[in-house]
Amino acid sequence: MLMLGMILRRVCGGLLTLLVVSVVVFVGASILPGDATEAILGQSASPEAVAGLRQALGLDLPAPERYLRWLAGLLTGDPGISLINRMPIGQLIGPRLTNSLFLAALTAAVAVPLALLLGVTSAIWRGTAYDRVTNITAVSLVSVPEFLLATIGVILFAVQLRWASAMATPVVDSLGGALRTLALPVLTLSFGIMAQMVRMTRAALLGVLDSSYIEMARLKGVRPARLVLRHALPNAAGPIANAVALNLSSLLGGVIIVEVIFSYPGLAKLAVDAVETRDMPLVQACAMIFCAAFMILVLAADLCSILSNPRLRVR
Amino acid sequence: MTTKRYPAILPEFSDTALIETALRRGASRRQLIRWLSSAGMATAMASTIVASASRALAQTPQRGGRIRVASQTSSTADTVDPAKQNNQTDYTRCFTFYNGLTRLDQSLTPQPELAESFANERATVWTFKIRQGVKFHDGSPLTAVDVVYSLARHKDPKTGSAARALALPMEEITATGTHEVRIALASPNADLPVVLGTPHFLIIKDGTTDFSKAVGTGPYRCQEFMPGVKSIAVRNPDYWKSGRPYLDEIELIGIPDETARLNALLSGDVHVAASISPRLARRVQTASGYAVFETKAGGYNDVVMRKDADPSRNPDLVLALKHLQDREQMRSAVFQGYAVVANDQPIDPTNRFFFPGLAQRPFDPEKARFHLQRSGFANTPIPIHTMASSTMLDQAVLLQQAGQGIGMNIDVKRMPADGYWSNVWMKFPLTFGSINPRPSADVLFTLFFKSDSNWNESAWRSERFDQLLVTARAETDDARRRQMYGEMQTLVHNECGIGIPVFFSILDAHTTKLKGLRAIPTGGLMGYSYSENVWLES
Repeated sequence: MLMLGMILRRVCGGLLTLLVVSVVVFVGASILPGDATEAILGQSASPEAVAGLRQALGLDLPAPERYLRWLAGLLTGDPGISLINRMPIGQLIGPRLTNSLFLAALTAAVAVPLALLLGVTSAIWRGTAYDRVTNITAVSLVSVPEFLLATIGVILFAVQLRWASAMATPVVDSLGGALRTLALPVLTLSFGIMAQMVRMTRAALLGVLDSSYIEMARLKGVRPARLVLRHALPNAAGPIANAVALNLSSLLGGVIIVEVIFSYPGLAKLAVDAVETRDMPLVQACAMIFCAAFMILVLAADLCSILSNPRLRVR
Repeated sequence: MTTKRYPAILPEFSDTALIETALRRGASRRQLIRWLSSAGMATAMASTIVASASRALAQTPQRGGRIRVASQTSSTADTVDPAKQNNQTDYTRCFTFYNGLTRLDQSLTPQPELAESFANERATVWTFKIRQGVKFHDGSPLTAVDVVYSLARHKDPKTGSAARALALPMEEITATGTHEVRIALASPNADLPVVLGTPHFLIIKDGTTDFSKAVGTGPYRCQEFMPGVKSIAVRNPDYWKSGRPYLDEIELIGIPDETARLNALLSGDVHVAASISPRLARRVQTASGYAVFETKAGGYNDVVMRKDADPSRNPDLVLALKHLQDREQMRSAVFQGYAVVANDQPIDPTNRFFFPGLAQRPFDPEKARFHLQRSGFANTPIPIHTMASSTMLDQAVLLQQAGQGIGMNIDVKRMPADGYWSNVWMKFPLTFGSINPRPSADVLFTLFFKSDSNWNESAWRSERFDQLLVTARAETDDARRRQMYGEMQTLVHNECGIGIPVFFSILDAHTTKLKGLRAIPTGGLMGYSYSENVWLES
């Protein structure tokens, strides 16, 4: 019951946050110089041509009115149509969101188990050569910029060896095909997000492993595997879940470099296009999705830590 | 060996055609060489001729195949509305789906396309005869009504046409028959057929307002179009040019990052990587199975010396800078040889109105030193603003280095690319500009050299030039026009505050399996019209 109340409170808070974010994004994008008409007309933007097009697109209305119209549309389930190519926003975003979710899910499926495994094992074998190598590798990989990692990967595996494709497509027809087209972007993204998860898992677990109840369990003769998985890990789950959630949230909007290098049709590139062409309804919709995804992941992480830790449930 | 005896013998077209026919009939290489040798030709020369004829035979177009083309931009602003096209990717895509009334050939001369013929009265009233029997992709026939709609919509500001300024002088656009259109201009313009051959004036169906798909008369039908992702074009079996196009399917995608685009080509993911820089061209040439397709065109970077500001209003300083351009070095070092030397005037040698009689201004440091001393700016810092990490910067640095040798102290200011065209270009006494190829001498001169143009880069005022511009525009006799444009090129060369060292080429990279590319200097990939001309070698 308590739990349900908490979820409800968080969802309401989330909706409020979304509203605030939409205002901030709208104001921010309005401050940017130029508008969609200038993006459409380019160099041939004469004042009268701009005025005419502005009227046709409804950009001559005052800003608050435009915002309220957009909000009213959204509340009735209509996110509007793109100013630039006059296509419904839903139709533009739909396939791109699916693509982004697909890539994010694949990356998560690779990165999260691997990161947890590495984190847990390096915590267990603290101070050993294995621990040090894992840590140094993780930190080195996160320190190399994604574009460098991706470009080197492409030149080596796509251009020279021809094992992989230089372009990623969200189509999966066979396991071999998927490996060919998706291995490089998934690995690049995984390297980028794994380091923090590995280190966080290790740190959280070490904190618990040092506590006296673990020492007690060890003295009682609990086997190491059971000690870590059954006794220690649940108490470390909170921070780990949060580290996972934070890193996964970047997979939706923060993968622009990988999308550009592998020319993958995802949501991040769409958002950048939208800002460049001052396509307000599209900018707003993308911002809402990124923000909502972030909040859902953080909420899931919190639920995860509450479920794993009974003490948090009775607060 | 004996080739010296026949220095001037070059295979005439008819000879090659003859040998080609013989080859086709089954004559062997050796037979032909023997035959030519017995006719008195050196063996070396004979084999050259046979080889070139065999190549021509191998170049007989083949039907079928699909290709994937990566162009340099891709965003939600991608469009198949001819009026709204904004970049080369749009042009390339639209030319696969639509045709224009005219098309521009290798010398930018307009040729009949959807218009079978065109005639004019004093370059003011134009009559276009529309081709019979042409069908749109949905089966409806092309008539004058479609043409009128396609052209007239540019004038409506609600269309948001990028070519509105070019359409406004078309005062009356009327259908005078089912297949005849009359266009009355506000003032004479002999280049109207050139204007109508540019991408924005491609012909769409009467009443079209929905551009989620393209319905045109072009060589391919639009199967799929997703802005910012890709478009898929499939062969139009009813295309009015019989036998064309050759390919079954073209998928066009955009890879804005140049290195990624080239990698996609070299890894075999795409067949064409459009628009690559000279720097990367070398990488293509060292890879086997890939080639660089060079389009010599009229694009240039110029040093802009404002006549309305100090120190650039000083004519001696202008002359010093013009003589200081090491054109040959810029050609080879900045553009890796993919450029031709220019002569401080904007009409390039591919243009039919290029004036070859104008003496080339050489790289002459001594003359530059003389003018610098006379100008009184020796050893004073002269700031030149240019765009950071661009070929304009490379050119500025070469100019700076040449200046050091004669006591000219050029201070190169590196400005960010963002906002360069609105905040830097022409806004300081000395800046660098970069001008894309334009379809006609008239458009180029009007935009960048006419006294009252917004983009009159160097604020140059010449009554004689303005007068010639209007007269040449109204002149329908090519010889007389050529003479006038020649004089205008001389005027710009001598008086204007513009230094143009080289015209650079447009480069596209492709697999050598793709055949049939020929340069048309309006833009890359055959002036964007590659789709109906290329084929894939099996």
